[in-house]
Amino acid sequence: MDTDLMLRVYPFFLQAAGTTILLSVLTALLGLACGTLGAAARLSRFALARFLGAAYVSFFRGTPALIQLFILYFGGPQIGIQLDAFEAGVIGLGINAGAYMTETIRGAIISIDKGQREAARTLGLSRWQAMYKIILPQAARLMVRPLGVNLNMLIKATALVAAISVVELTYTAQRYIGSTYKPFEMFLLAGILYMIIIYATGRAVAWLDRKVQIV
Amino acid sequence: MTDRTTYVQIRHAQKAFGTLEVLKDISLNVERGQIVAIIGPSGSGKSTLLRAINDLDPLTSGEIWLDGVQVNKSLPFRQYEKHINEMRQQIGMVFQHFNLFPHMTARGNVTMAPKMLKGLSDKEADALAEEQLDKVGMLERIDYYPSQLSGGQKQRVAIARALAMKPKLMLFDEATSALDPELVDEVNQVMKKLAEEHMTMIIVTHEMDFAAAVCDRVLFMDQGVVVEEGPPSVVFKNPEKERTRAFLRKHLETAS
Repeated sequence: MDTDLMLRVYPFFLQAAGTTILLSVLTALLGLACGTLGAAARLSRFALARFLGAAYVSFFRGTPALIQLFILYFGGPQIGIQLDAFEAGVIGLGINAGAYMTETIRGAIISIDKGQREAARTLGLSRWQAMYKIILPQAARLMVRPLGVNLNMLIKATALVAAISVVELTYTAQRYIGSTYKPFEMFLLAGILYMIIIYATGRAVAWLDRKVQIV
Repeated sequence: MTDRTTYVQIRHAQKAFGTLEVLKDISLNVERGQIVAIIGPSGSGKSTLLRAINDLDPLTSGEIWLDGVQVNKSLPFRQYEKHINEMRQQIGMVFQHFNLFPHMTARGNVTMAPKMLKGLSDKEADALAEEQLDKVGMLERIDYYPSQLSGGQKQRVAIARALAMKPKLMLFDEATSALDPELVDEVNQVMKKLAEEHMTMIIVTHEMDFAAAVCDRVLFMDQGVVVEEGPPSVVFKNPEKERTRAFLRKHLETAS
């Protein structure tokens, strides 16, 4: 194993890891926004909203994320959507992650005992007041860990955008393989950096989870 | 037809889930300050009737009136939501499983709705919480979370939460059924205290002794109808109907 080479290219990989982190953060934020809207739609009292929410989830969970990225990035211009690779990566992965998060958020909300809602409504709270004052604060605590799982998956899924040539960790590894012919070292280096990101995220999620628990 | 001055009126309440009729034309009047107990076997419709009063389980047909206002009047969705939220503020409810908000302390549970719906300041709300929790003997535990309280204590906080809205009517849905036997009495004491203060109450219960001691009137329900109704001295001691007698007999056997 050529460790000298690994140490030499390491700074460039670190920079690429920065792109991966930025991509992950933006994707997570967009995913959370889509997931919140998706969950609201799935729990709506309007049948049309429920249908659209369900359709969103089944399309984005039912097709490969790579195909979704290709449709957006390569197919987009055909229907008038011009995005650069990074934008397409964030939007494509964000909407995809949102479908998974929709189910996470919805799952946490519906797992709150219905007595909570009844008690709130009985006191005279409106649906919305009961939701944001009683249901959501409890559901939010239940969401932290499963959203952490979504985040873990999403960080690893950012590797897919190498296929539309976003210069992140995986793409950088591939590029250095082209010039060094050392795939073992290059992919290993990328893998180690992914692991560090995932590990740190996992710790942060565990910390947050402890932090939000009620006594 | 009953006159409009009666405080609580249930007129021809009917409810069906598909073809299953759970309430079959039930009418009931409760005067201001009266305490009515509803007893009956499980599945008799007594909880459903109670939950219809604040529209938690809407009736299929029939009317609910409180203090001259129809609770379940038919209105367009948004107007109805506004109306029912106002009505529910006047109807306190206590549940079998307490349903305290676990993410709030006893204080938070009691002050949440008055602050949110009546615009009480923090200071006013705190004074209210202290007053109501003191009444149920839970003042020392004001800053405890529900998970730190026993079942009986939880239920007392739940009663304080309902009272904090200054309701005209209190509904108790088997308030002591989920409690360990030794904790039942502390909740019953609170309910007795409310009775002495002439709170209007409708109580669904399995506790015949308690019902006999505090209620003005007892309703025995079975299979969606009121089988027998009268003062506890008659319904418990000298019931007219065979079905009532059979129920009470069976209940005594299981209780002893």
